[in-house]
Amino acid sequence: MAEAGRVTQPAAPRLWAHPVTQVRIAIILTILVGWEVLAQSGLLYRDVVPSLGKIGLAIVKLLSDPDYYWNLGVTAGEIGVGLAIGGITGLVAGIMLGANRLLRRSFEPYLYYLGPTPKIIFFPIMIMWFGVGPGSKIAMGVISCFFPVALSAAAGMQQIDKVLIRVGHSFRANAWQMAMKIYLPAMRHPIINGVRLGLGVALIGTLLAETKLSNRGIGFLIIQAYSLFDMPRMYAMLIVLFILSIGANAVVGRLGGLHNIRRN
Amino acid sequence: MSSAAALGKRPFAPTVIGLGTLFIFIALVEVLIRIGVINRFIVPMPSQIAMSFGRVITEEDIFGRFRLTFFEALSAGALIALFGVSIGILLYRVNLLRLACETWVAALASAPSVLMYPLFLVIFGRSAMTIIMMGFVAGLPPVILKTLEGLSGTRRVLINVGRTFKLGPSQMFIKILFPSALPTIFVGLRLGLIFTLINVVGVEFLINFGGLGQLINDLAERYDLPGTYAAICFVILVSVCFFIITERVERWLRPVE
Repeated sequence: MAEAGRVTQPAAPRLWAHPVTQVRIAIILTILVGWEVLAQSGLLYRDVVPSLGKIGLAIVKLLSDPDYYWNLGVTAGEIGVGLAIGGITGLVAGIMLGANRLLRRSFEPYLYYLGPTPKIIFFPIMIMWFGVGPGSKIAMGVISCFFPVALSAAAGMQQIDKVLIRVGHSFRANAWQMAMKIYLPAMRHPIINGVRLGLGVALIGTLLAETKLSNRGIGFLIIQAYSLFDMPRMYAMLIVLFILSIGANAVVGRLGGLHNIRRN
Repeated sequence: MSSAAALGKRPFAPTVIGLGTLFIFIALVEVLIRIGVINRFIVPMPSQIAMSFGRVITEEDIFGRFRLTFFEALSAGALIALFGVSIGILLYRVNLLRLACETWVAALASAPSVLMYPLFLVIFGRSAMTIIMMGFVAGLPPVILKTLEGLSGTRRVLINVGRTFKLGPSQMFIKILFPSALPTIFVGLRLGLIFTLINVVGVEFLINFGGLGQLINDLAERYDLPGTYAAICFVILVSVCFFIITERVERWLRPVE
């Protein structure tokens, strides 16, 4: 009987019936069909554009290869250590610059203008300093992510509400307490943004260094596939790598509560 | 008033402190190398680096290499301007396409596209075309996104003025939308050109082909340490100059707030 009085709601439109989804499906299908036609046409050298079946098979093989996960672990470790060192030093430098006007005006232009320089050109120096092993790759990750984190932290310090700083001073907070209780919580948003940017460039710096000179890691596997002209494997690795890097970027944003901050 | 605060108010104090710290650091490195604390076979003396500038400029044809890198970056820049602005306009005009593709373009902007260089090597060979195309792929997303942002951000009052004058769609675009979006489009072009330059020099270094990037690789492989450091300093100088010039142009284009 209770069912009789319930208002029947119209059924929610299916996701695939939405025009945007339909356009997306149409674009993806067009690309896939175009790719397959190009692969079968023989217009390019054999295997430069492998068929979708071969790429799919290569992805399955790659994901079931324990060696791939070992190399992924090596690269993830290098990126993680690079991000930790570069992120912490960048954060400290950014807080110092942001807290002192004279320091900021003296040194921020150097960070600002050195930030967009191509970091890979420092790789020969890093090899001299840290050797051909993981040390030079970690160093590439460090110098890549230092700049975005430092600049974001310095900018974040500028945006802190002065009232919060005065509250800290009223409670006679020392430098450590000011940093932990006032500055860092108030700078959460720019710091997370800096870490996201830092992660992206640390990933690029580390992987490019691996493609240049290494015998382990994902960058090494990619350049090895190129040397062996194993194109399906190379495409598979690039596809998996793109998905992983975009996913890692999203995870950093979500773990840091970036979406909540934006909503507020 | 503290002495630091008083110093901060002097207009040249930050420049003096910044440059002074840099010179003190360089002098310290020179001394530490001379007394043997830093190994001179790993870090060359700053005086050696300074002296090798002349040699690198004359013997390594640095200006010829600069021209080549500039040509590659310019070609990629022309491509990102042409395709980036056109795609941005297309997405603005066709809203359904914009809703479908905008997040993809944003995802592409954060993807490590430079790692596709082995793929481009296979397709285009070890040539300037690979470098140009890598620069193009890296610089395209910000131009598309900023073109879209600029066109969407046109003030309603300007569009209403156009409607009052009964402008047609093409007139409305040429006279109102595009000029209003131009400063934002240039922000995108500037970002795109920075990414392009980074990728052009980076790929030159990685594939050992082309201009300034190859020079660094060449000198490092010859174990010419002062030359390598001098070439790196030159590339930093070029990218900083490029960054400053594009920033000035952007400021010039930006409307007064």
